[in-house]
Amino acid sequence: MEKNRHMPILLELYLLFAEIGGTTFGGGYAMLPILQRELVEKRHWTTEEDLMDYYAIGQCTPGIIAVNTATFIGNSKAGWLGGLVATLGVVSPSVVIITLITMFLTNFADLAVVKYAFDGIRAAVCVLILDAVIKLGKKSIKDKWCWIIFLAVLMVSLLTDVSPIWLVILSGVAGCLLKPVADRSADKKERISASGKVDGDATGGDAAGADRNSEKGGKA
Amino acid sequence: MILYLRLWFEFFKVGLFSVGGGLATLPFLSDMGQRTGWFSANDIADMIAVSESTPGPMGINMATYVGNKMAGILGGIVATLGEIAPAIILILIIARILKQFKEAKVVQNIFYGLRPASTGLIAAAGIGVAKIALLRLDLFHKTGAFMDLLNWKLVLLAAVIYITLVKFRKHPVLYIAAAAAVGIIFRL
Repeated sequence: MEKNRHMPILLELYLLFAEIGGTTFGGGYAMLPILQRELVEKRHWTTEEDLMDYYAIGQCTPGIIAVNTATFIGNSKAGWLGGLVATLGVVSPSVVIITLITMFLTNFADLAVVKYAFDGIRAAVCVLILDAVIKLGKKSIKDKWCWIIFLAVLMVSLLTDVSPIWLVILSGVAGCLLKPVADRSADKKERISASGKVDGDATGGDAAGADRNSEKGGKA
Repeated sequence: MILYLRLWFEFFKVGLFSVGGGLATLPFLSDMGQRTGWFSANDIADMIAVSESTPGPMGINMATYVGNKMAGILGGIVATLGEIAPAIILILIIARILKQFKEAKVVQNIFYGLRPASTGLIAAAGIGVAKIALLRLDLFHKTGAFMDLLNWKLVLLAAVIYITLVKFRKHPVLYIAAAAAVGIIFRL
């Protein structure tokens, strides 16, 4: 990255993450829809896959997920200074708003208007998270094994108090064990369908790979 | 001065040991309250309510709130900076390592497993929000009637938001603002 372009990029990082911090209700997960829109779809600074990696790492490293993700993205865009600036950006609105509230409003959360507004906001936030999860799922769940990991993690975290740290570590191990298996069946599939045509559509290929997998699983 | 240093250090510890974000900082805060006498369990309940009803990551809101109560505006800033410091340092180190090993086969295999897991964790968090937002569990336990389980008005609102979201793809904050307005106007 050229040195003279650093200043605008740092400013852009700060403002973007300040906007994200100021429009996110409920923390790191609620941030995801805005990150997808601003970083992946609009600016192409990162991919859905990288975003998921950041979240996965954010889950099992100390600190608040929103901060971890901001540091990651800022760092990947403009080095450690970028990470610092993005993180300061994401926390700035909180600091300002909470400071104002503690100064002027003592019973902010008890105000009827705030309660009614938040009934609506919560409904919107769960819809936004659902939409974000569907987008992520299309990228991250590529075959039968991924579905198994996804469902297992979902069920365990819904029904038990097991820490996300363990789920992240275990699925990393599962990835090491299952990826070679998935690759092997994908290879086999490719050889069978290698009729001169290049399989350009990645999702189509993956779906076929998944079918292949379930056949194999059925026999085993 | 000593108070600022203590605030910074206490929240540095919270940032260092709470893994997973949001409410993960909670046990450390109640421990801090008991040890230092800075705030009570009641204060923590207030803090959660305020943090949840304002934009921004909850952990950050809580740090600013406590710091502010203890030592004014500067206290809020110091506490917040303390809380984010460990994460920034750690993530910068991890990012550097990750860059070097991203192409390695074993790292790619790990992420093959991590990505669906990450999606699953986020889905579970979303369902957690939906449970609070759309269900009326206390009323359901009292009456046992299925019609009482769901808050139908909010389910309808959520459905409308989803349809307009898929159709128009506007900035998420527009849907949040609209939902807040609907909540206030119709007293959902």
